[in-house]
Amino acid sequence: MNKPLIISVENLIKKYDDFEAVKGISFDVHEGEIFGLLGPNGAGKTTTLEIMETLRDKTSGTVTIGGYNLDKSPDFIKHIIGVQLQAAGYYPNLNLTELIDLFSGLYGIKVNATELLGKVSLIEKAKAKYKELSGGQKQRFSIATTLINQPKIIFLDEPTTGLDPQARRNLWDLILEIRATGTTIVLTTHYMDEAEVLCDRVAFIDNGQIIGVNSPDQFVDNLVASGFERKKEVKKANLEDVFISLTGKDLRED
Amino acid sequence: MKKYSNTKATLAIAKASFKSILRSPSAVVFSLLFPLIFIVVFGFIGSGGLTVDLGIGKNNDVNSPIYRALENIKMIHLVEKSEKDMNQDLEKGRLDAILNIQKNPAGMPAYFVNVQYTEASKEKGNVLKSILSNVILTMNSKANPGPPPVAELKESTIKGREYKTIDFILPGQLGFALLSTGVFGTAFVFISLRLTLVIKRFFATPVSKASIVLGEAIARIVFALFTAIFIIMVGHFAFGFTLIHGFTTVLNMLVLSTIGLIVFLGFGLAVSGIAKNESTVPPIANIFTLPQFLLSGTFFSISAFPAWLQPISRALPLTYLNDALRKIAFEGASLWDVNHQILILLLWGVGIYALAVKVFKWE
Repeated sequence: MNKPLIISVENLIKKYDDFEAVKGISFDVHEGEIFGLLGPNGAGKTTTLEIMETLRDKTSGTVTIGGYNLDKSPDFIKHIIGVQLQAAGYYPNLNLTELIDLFSGLYGIKVNATELLGKVSLIEKAKAKYKELSGGQKQRFSIATTLINQPKIIFLDEPTTGLDPQARRNLWDLILEIRATGTTIVLTTHYMDEAEVLCDRVAFIDNGQIIGVNSPDQFVDNLVASGFERKKEVKKANLEDVFISLTGKDLRED
Repeated sequence: MKKYSNTKATLAIAKASFKSILRSPSAVVFSLLFPLIFIVVFGFIGSGGLTVDLGIGKNNDVNSPIYRALENIKMIHLVEKSEKDMNQDLEKGRLDAILNIQKNPAGMPAYFVNVQYTEASKEKGNVLKSILSNVILTMNSKANPGPPPVAELKESTIKGREYKTIDFILPGQLGFALLSTGVFGTAFVFISLRLTLVIKRFFATPVSKASIVLGEAIARIVFALFTAIFIIMVGHFAFGFTLIHGFTTVLNMLVLSTIGLIVFLGFGLAVSGIAKNESTVPPIANIFTLPQFLLSGTFFSISAFPAWLQPISRALPLTYLNDALRKIAFEGASLWDVNHQILILLLWGVGIYALAVKVFKWE
């Protein structure tokens, strides 16, 4: 826990006309960790994320990313972050290699598209169009585009929503691999099992406010210490484990 | 950190956009195929010229000099049919007239030429009338040598360039191709990039807004210039489209095409801002394009329109682009000679870009 801070958000507020979507959020992210923003739909997760991604203006508060102040040097921040948007499309009629070329041009750098596609196991799809990919492949490609500029931090907005169990596990492996190279990852998710597997620390957001920040383990321990008990006795496996053991871990993609 | 290059980003977008255009069927169909079809159709119509269908009865004196003279006139198409069929065709206007030449058994004049015209084809009937009187007058005066009693006709034709149908049609089609590339192409691409969050994703990279617009514009200009060159070449080599100063004329036409396209891109940007989604693009875009398609001298000369319509035609930018293209190609005008047309195009450009800046939406 003594790693240096790479993101610091202080008293962040975002108002849309009369509605206050984010009400004074503060948290820090340490270098090299996977940090999760958890919470119900409409809690302000995506808004918070998009403010950090430089895509949305904030109403007030201070955000520092990689040492750069968001108000003063958003363009420097863009160079050190990679962004995966919820449900974003890609330039029409281009294949994956051409899309990677396009993005490298936008960053003004040269990138070996094959190598990058190899990282997300999409080499054989190099000449395919984005819309021809399966759900899991689409998400893997989206993550590949976040790595083009070799960012220090990547932001993933609900990366596994809508994927089948195999594809989800496959994506978890990919996210852990990326973290292993030293990249800091901030993600949002609805799935608590996902947060437990991936995140070093999570922040619960509800109604535009942070209710708590801690490691998943600590959250669970605290709850148990408070005398909480599950209604049903916990078995050593759940239905998803059954699903995976019956259908195998292999990806179901053409 | 290395210095960031806006040029590289702009070119990356231009390259991506250009590839995307080439792979999108609608761009190729509207900008290349449609104009080409019109040019081919009008190219063939143009080479046909005016013909008069003239019915010939069975008992005609085909050895008469009048008949033989008519046979040699290209414009007259002789049709041999039975009396009954001919009368029916004449009524419906399928024949423009029926001719019957009989030798005069009584001697002078040597022949009687009976012609039956039809109300169904008055104009061609009139054309035939003057051909016939001309033929007969020449023969009569040859038979009666000596000075003509009233007046003698002295005719001469100066050398000039033949103004073919293609010389009118091609610049109009070229102008229209530029209009559809500029308006439809641009409007569709920006609205779809906006709705599918492609632009939002771009904004997470260091690319500037100017690079995005400029990159798209460059791709469309390059595509439109290729289209223009292709249309001009097909017109020139297949249908004899007149290019007075050859290569220089083509170059001038391309410069003019670029100016026109830049103005029309502004229309496209404005439409993409006004339209809520992809399905509202065509109606809004057609408000801009359809009147220009019909009224800007794409198919018919503006002077053929009724007087009350002409001021409207003279207000539209495509009118001036078409006009300038024709002047450059056929009359050999220089770009400076058409500065009036260019000035009006640029005025439209200023107005439309002012509107585009106001209504354009990034998200």
